[in-house]
Amino acid sequence: MAGFPYIPHTDADVRSMLDRIGVQKVEDLYSDVPKEFIKKGAYALPDAMSEPEVRAWLNGLAGMNAKLKVFAGAGAYDHYTPSVIPYITSRSEFLTAYTPYQCEISQGTLRYIFEYQSMVCELTGMDISNASLYDGPTAAAEAMKMTVACTKKKTRVLLSKGLLPHVVKVVETYAKFHGVVIGYIPVADGQTSLEALKAELESGDVAGVIVPEINRFGIVENHAGFADAIHAVKALLVEYCDPSTLAVIKSPAEWGADIAVGDGQSLGIPLCFGGPYVGFMGVKKEYMRKMPGRIVGQTTDKDGKRAFVLTLQAREQHIKREKATSNICSNESLMALWVTVYLSLMGPEGLREVNKLSCDGAHYLKSELLATGKFEDPFPGKPFLKEFVLKPVKAPGLVQNALEKAGFFAALETEEGYVSFCVTEQRTKEEIDQLVKTVKEG
Amino acid sequence: MSKIVEGLKYSESHEWVKVEDGVALVGVSDFAQKEMGDITYVDMPDVDDEVTAGEEFGALESVKAASDLISPVSGKVVAVNEELDEAPEKVNEDAYANWIIKVEMSDPSELDDLMDAEAYKAHIGE
Amino acid sequence: MKYYDKLVFELSQKGRVGYSLPANRFPAAPELPVELRREASLDLPEVSEADVVRHYTNLSQMNFGVDTGFYPLGSCTMKYNPKINEEVAALPGFTGLHPLMHAGLTKGALKVYQDMNNFLAAITGLYAFTFDPCAGAHGELTGLMVMRQYHMMRGDLKRTKVIVPDSAHGTNPASAAVCGLEIVEVKSLENGRVDVEALKPLLDDTVAGMMMTNPNTLGLFETQIKEITELVHGIGGLMYYDGANMNPLMGVVRPGDMGFDIMHLNLHKTFSTPHGGGGPGSGPVGVAEHLVDCLPELRVSGFHGNFGVILRAYAYILMLGKQNLKKVGQYSVLSANYIKECLKDAYKLPIEGVCKHEFVFDGLINDGAHDDVHGATTLDVAKRLLDFGFHAPTIYFPLLFHQALMIEPTETESKETIDAFIDVMHKIAAEAVEDPRILQEAPHGAPIGRPDETAAARNPILKFKDAQ
Repeated sequence: MAGFPYIPHTDADVRSMLDRIGVQKVEDLYSDVPKEFIKKGAYALPDAMSEPEVRAWLNGLAGMNAKLKVFAGAGAYDHYTPSVIPYITSRSEFLTAYTPYQCEISQGTLRYIFEYQSMVCELTGMDISNASLYDGPTAAAEAMKMTVACTKKKTRVLLSKGLLPHVVKVVETYAKFHGVVIGYIPVADGQTSLEALKAELESGDVAGVIVPEINRFGIVENHAGFADAIHAVKALLVEYCDPSTLAVIKSPAEWGADIAVGDGQSLGIPLCFGGPYVGFMGVKKEYMRKMPGRIVGQTTDKDGKRAFVLTLQAREQHIKREKATSNICSNESLMALWVTVYLSLMGPEGLREVNKLSCDGAHYLKSELLATGKFEDPFPGKPFLKEFVLKPVKAPGLVQNALEKAGFFAALETEEGYVSFCVTEQRTKEEIDQLVKTVKEG
Repeated sequence: MSKIVEGLKYSESHEWVKVEDGVALVGVSDFAQKEMGDITYVDMPDVDDEVTAGEEFGALESVKAASDLISPVSGKVVAVNEELDEAPEKVNEDAYANWIIKVEMSDPSELDDLMDAEAYKAHIGE
Repeated sequence: MKYYDKLVFELSQKGRVGYSLPANRFPAAPELPVELRREASLDLPEVSEADVVRHYTNLSQMNFGVDTGFYPLGSCTMKYNPKINEEVAALPGFTGLHPLMHAGLTKGALKVYQDMNNFLAAITGLYAFTFDPCAGAHGELTGLMVMRQYHMMRGDLKRTKVIVPDSAHGTNPASAAVCGLEIVEVKSLENGRVDVEALKPLLDDTVAGMMMTNPNTLGLFETQIKEITELVHGIGGLMYYDGANMNPLMGVVRPGDMGFDIMHLNLHKTFSTPHGGGGPGSGPVGVAEHLVDCLPELRVSGFHGNFGVILRAYAYILMLGKQNLKKVGQYSVLSANYIKECLKDAYKLPIEGVCKHEFVFDGLINDGAHDDVHGATTLDVAKRLLDFGFHAPTIYFPLLFHQALMIEPTETESKETIDAFIDVMHKIAAEAVEDPRILQEAPHGAPIGRPDETAAARNPILKFKDAQ
């Protein structure tokens, strides 16, 4: 019998263990399984590979994927990852630990989660953060459920049409099964319409409203008056935000939000085809008890040493069972560490600089693209940071294809027939000039 | 041995009721606070909420458990004990001195369905 | 492990940086309108790169992982996490893929999904998988959505109940409630299995289905599974398999063959991907052929699930191949039964007989209680284990026993490691008899002693500024 590196049992081990148990052979340990359910014949799996073969095979598959310069965003951003981060997150004391149930030997995990919570509160301005959620869209879905749980007997949640489509779809899926009715607020003149919102709120059954700080056209929205209108009918304001940009634009708290959610991916997490990312949530203190997910708190041990523990657990599924606001248990702890290390390295200045570089680059790209005469600006003068949309003279698909052939992933089509571009600090002036040249020649 | 106060009415789910000037004060029994251990939070309704006899109106929480509070009477909540927001441990210290909600009863005859101290003592088997 | 008492915020010095960004070669963009600009302060740490590295290295040294030592946490399948998985998941050809790239640009990634679908179908006997769910509970919720979606698509709207054994994982009722389903509990028999006679009266045309873990949370195989599936199918319900306990069935039994219609797998348990201190995981959901049309209706995460985790599990299955799959199941069961037999002289075994990958003790046989001295509890045993370099088992779950101590060794631990654990468990049992306070005051050698959890909950300090 050839050995296998992940299973240490020798023949002698197996024999002595079977003898101690008092059975003849390993198969006897399945004597309680009805015979008809014991699988007969081989499994339809490939032959086992050796480690070098697995390495070669996966390098081959990785090589089958296109390597393009990413000029697209739409919820996933190609920001720079400092080399320190993967080095720290691959430390196996972090990587191979479970949820910190035994706090005495999990202070590493508990401390970084506490730091993460502190940073989420700092960025969003909210009072309380949890230990993380799966991703931005599921964080929005959790917020949707939370608004219903916090506002008694109300069953409708409004979504801005300015939210990214992948966020809307996830919220809709959760709402359908949770028995929540979804309404929509249109976008007018490039931003979620306050007039339309006010009209929708009149029905009195609205529990919460989810609006994007930066909408799917890349426009930084002005939410003055939103919180007042929403609070007047005792509903909750949820701001969906890109945390990287909160270094420069108004925080959810400054807009009067009750809940802030979004995806931490923009804080240095690789694109990785959509995951793992990390959802975050910050809430006002009064809604702490309805907050989903784990929360870490500070206390002292029996000798008075500062210590950190999972706390407020009576909110959670394993205690509240069917009365819990959420079923979430494990979240994205290691990605929360990723974000925490990122924010530690970048600090306030680094984050502002990332925004400045991205914003300047994006404005440069936009003006250069408009100068080609091949696009119109559907939202002239509207404020944006790293992302914007243009209306192409040609069919949108043709623009994308041409850029793809030249090595760029750009010009994602929106439902209106616009194309979107995104520039992060990773894009150089040469790359932008090359992209514009491709457009000109196309 | 849990403390039981004479003259109060008790429910099977360990709440007590004391009527003062036609208003029902509702709390939990000493037995209930002991079962919970250190209480970390008392989840209470809002003033003006309606409560119904036999239905939950809030919860007690400890580090590792949550237990529903079941209203022994029906009616409108006219007050909640806001002291418990800051100091839930008061329920541990004296479960009878610290009421949780005051209810304007819609049907005082519901009190007749509750146990007296003697019957409650038998109920908890002490 | 050494106690280290800093938070990164406490290292901060104004003007210090830990990043390096390119020079700005673009013309300055117009300033944001004042009313959109952040006015609030932004008090993130300002630290050097070396500060950051040293801080998190110090934090890591207060942590215990599978790579540190034996981690017999029941129901969590803390098996060894192979390093080739990490290597392949970090390949730039994968990490650089934007999630909205179309099929023509992502052939390698799509091949991974396609192969994984086929592999998991082969392993479980189900037909097709969605990889969107990011964790076990997320998969469970998605699976229940499939269940409801199936009935909805048939216009059968009155099925709003889901039956769950009283030994079920705590997430089961929470997931059902989030999905708009009502939980009905079915009791277990003395032997730990579902009481089929108690199940029968619960079954009618309002039942959407039944959720089961098999082996169940006591590590016992549900011997009447065939009868149960037939009963539930008989009234038009679907059978849901909670894949948290799939490890012992690897290569031996397939949920699909037992009659399950829907299941989730925990790639971070059964398929060796690291738990990461509580995620990221992956909880793909498999369905039988007649439910395939339900899957496209459900969008439960932003893009394609946790691709990075799926890649790791893919590498693991390639390493296993058809030759090694069975060893996973068999040796996880062998090791669990061996520990059970060796320790049942010191710990109460409530249900005799062969177990699967895990089993549950109900505390110490002799907890050392005498006169005024309280006996040692399961919590005390767990805390004392930490002093000997072992992680604790799962404690106080399942709820069926007051002093539950749930042990799952997995197939990746050697006999020497297991024997050392058994010795320590015996030593702890002997200590309890001698003086239970040795256990009650444990851990003695961890970075911190037992914390004041009541104070943490009564007066929540949940961020750095709360503590200042």
